[in-house]
Amino acid sequence: MALLMKGNEAIAEAAIQAGCRLFYGYPITPSTEIPEYMAKKMKAVGGTYLQAESEVAAIYMVYGAGAVGERVMTGTSSPGFSLMQEGLSFLFAAEIPCVIVDVMRGGPGLGGLGPTQADYFQLTKGGGHGDYHAIVLAPSSVQEMVDLTKESFDLADCYRNLVIIAVDGILGQMMEPVEFPPFKGRKLEPKDWAASGAEGRPKNNVISYYLTPELGESENIRWGDKMSMMKEAEQRFVEYEMEDADYAFVAFGTSARITETAIDILREEGIKVGLFRPVTLWPFPEKGLTARLDQIKGWMSIELSAGQMIEDLKLVVNGKAPVGFHGRMGGMTPEPEDVVTAFKEQLLGGVQG
Amino acid sequence: MSTARTITKYKFAGFGGQGVLFIGKVLAQAGMLAKQQVTWIPAYGPEMRGGTANCSVIISSKKIGSPTVGKPNVAIVMNEASYLKFIDTVVPGGTLYVNSSLIPELPGRVDIRIVRVPVNEIAHEMGDEKVANIVMLGVMQAMIPAVPDDILEKVLLQLAGKKPALAEQNMRALKAGKEYAMNL
Amino acid sequence: MKPIFTKTKGLTDRPFHYCPGCTHGIIHRLIGELLEEMNLIEKTIGVAPVGCSGFCENYFACDMIGAAHGRAVAVATGAKRARPDRFVFTYQGDGDGASIGLAETISAAARGERITSIFVNNAIYGMTGGQMAPTSLIGQKTSTSPYGRDAETMGFPLDLPKILTQVEGAVYVASVSVDSPQGIKEAKKALRRAFQVQLDGLGYSFVSILSTCPTNWGVNPVEALEWLQTKMKPHFALGELKVPTIEGGDAV
Repeated sequence: MALLMKGNEAIAEAAIQAGCRLFYGYPITPSTEIPEYMAKKMKAVGGTYLQAESEVAAIYMVYGAGAVGERVMTGTSSPGFSLMQEGLSFLFAAEIPCVIVDVMRGGPGLGGLGPTQADYFQLTKGGGHGDYHAIVLAPSSVQEMVDLTKESFDLADCYRNLVIIAVDGILGQMMEPVEFPPFKGRKLEPKDWAASGAEGRPKNNVISYYLTPELGESENIRWGDKMSMMKEAEQRFVEYEMEDADYAFVAFGTSARITETAIDILREEGIKVGLFRPVTLWPFPEKGLTARLDQIKGWMSIELSAGQMIEDLKLVVNGKAPVGFHGRMGGMTPEPEDVVTAFKEQLLGGVQG
Repeated sequence: MSTARTITKYKFAGFGGQGVLFIGKVLAQAGMLAKQQVTWIPAYGPEMRGGTANCSVIISSKKIGSPTVGKPNVAIVMNEASYLKFIDTVVPGGTLYVNSSLIPELPGRVDIRIVRVPVNEIAHEMGDEKVANIVMLGVMQAMIPAVPDDILEKVLLQLAGKKPALAEQNMRALKAGKEYAMNL
Repeated sequence: MKPIFTKTKGLTDRPFHYCPGCTHGIIHRLIGELLEEMNLIEKTIGVAPVGCSGFCENYFACDMIGAAHGRAVAVATGAKRARPDRFVFTYQGDGDGASIGLAETISAAARGERITSIFVNNAIYGMTGGQMAPTSLIGQKTSTSPYGRDAETMGFPLDLPKILTQVEGAVYVASVSVDSPQGIKEAKKALRRAFQVQLDGLGYSFVSILSTCPTNWGVNPVEALEWLQTKMKPHFALGELKVPTIEGGDAV
């Protein structure tokens, strides 16, 4: 039976159902329902919720728990996510699986509490130092938040990589009907690498440095190979009204929802438009987009930012068609009618990308 | 309910403590039980304390695209600040329910229906001014039912949890609102 | 032939990288001995810092996690909460524990985390080549206080163990020095008590150990010990500064 649940709470519940028994976090609007839910529920399932002294400490508590081989999660919002970037880089290098939720709000600076998608660069390009990527999942409904959260722990364990669930403040705060169907997970290897106490086996070190540049390069090459593997296997997207589309929007999260309504309006006017919605922001679903390149006469990125994902879109489109953009910032969201207007001005008027 | 595609967008606004988020939740929950698609979004953050609190609800017979409500079909405003903030956003042909206990006669619009109800007084006469929000929900339900009556009542009872006195008070408030609307 | 002395099983066979006269080696040995004597090697998770001792995961025979600079205590917290059945310690320098990781240290102490921190204070940043530490003394010349530490502009050395005595969740706080055979014995005693406090689940335990850095102090090992004894010791509170208040006072 469906429950009416807030996105943040749905993520927390899904994590518990996925076997996560450790949550370390620091409260920040608009993600606070995640730690609140965990604080309430972890006790009942024999897990641990711990309020860290900062997001910096929280991400390293995650590092510690992940390093001993347990499923662990933290949740935060943009300024807190910024504070965690060093930790993300360390988590990647030490190959510690974990799940991080970023409920994006306004920036830069302290910004505002309203919804944005302006952490896209930080999420997908590696906000910390070094060559690394997290797997970044971008649900666009509360149900998808549940489904992807459950899967995120498997992805993290499978690749020994950090996984980020990226939503905007609206999705975090929104209530929608949601179900928790049984989840059939992946077959996973035992975590024989974990530093969990060397009982009956040689000792393990979980570390993130190398002493020589030669080793540094070979480690980076190995990580690069792992990232190529993830890029090959994990690209995901959902299409809406794309079969006969002449033009296509690209949008994720709440802006994808708004865009769907804009598409309904345009379709009623007889304009054939569709939506290509990345579900993985990293790896960016290039393969799915590439398959539509010959069909689509013009693309348009709709974002709650000044235009960040559009850079990845342009790399794939590579000049083959114009690429337009419409975005709102600082916590504002476009109305579907605004998207319609911007589309007509930029793409039906013939703007070049 | 009609079998054609129907989508209704609601905005509930007032100041903190007037229970506007709660009646939004009641409606969303009832919509879900009535096998409709629903979304509920609060305006969150410091705005919730002090100024206006509001939430957006959509009830639709089909999958909901945009969950934001910039232009509601129906709005309930419980205080003056909310009236001023939202009167111009209601779509032409829509309905604005106004808490006339707290909102004076202000410049209105001719292209929407404005329903003024002294919900605080009605609730006060019932002995509990806190249920003014439910009174307004009753008015709205009587004028244009959003969901079947029995489902709405069931949800109200459910949300009262283990507090029978509260449940009873809520039911009386809903009824009072409906009766007021009959005489409009 | 009967061996009369063997290396502890608590340490691996990896040769230390530390400079001649540096006391990290002594402290490592004490910890290794205790891990062995207290039968902890297989149930220990150690956390290494960033600093001169940042490679200590290669030396301790237990499982180890390498933390970022200043985050060892947060990492240890995460590990201990995940595996409360394990013995968890951090090994940190003065910069790691008292400067960049000060918030983590105090907060873990306040929560009474069941972990043990070993804080090695040599009043200088060793690994980066002799810069000023939070514990550098007034007048001490370092590469970033070339005219000597001046209280007016650089502030005062921080006596972290003394501060921790004021934090309720820190139940055992000791400050020792490994500058003499007697001092080394006392250091081992303090470490043993700190370990036992964790095993008994009493709260956070912290042992500060005054240590030398002949290389960056610019002196030979013998002079370094003298400098520690005559200059450092007077500036830092020494002894068992706080013991668990259970029956029998300091009986752990």
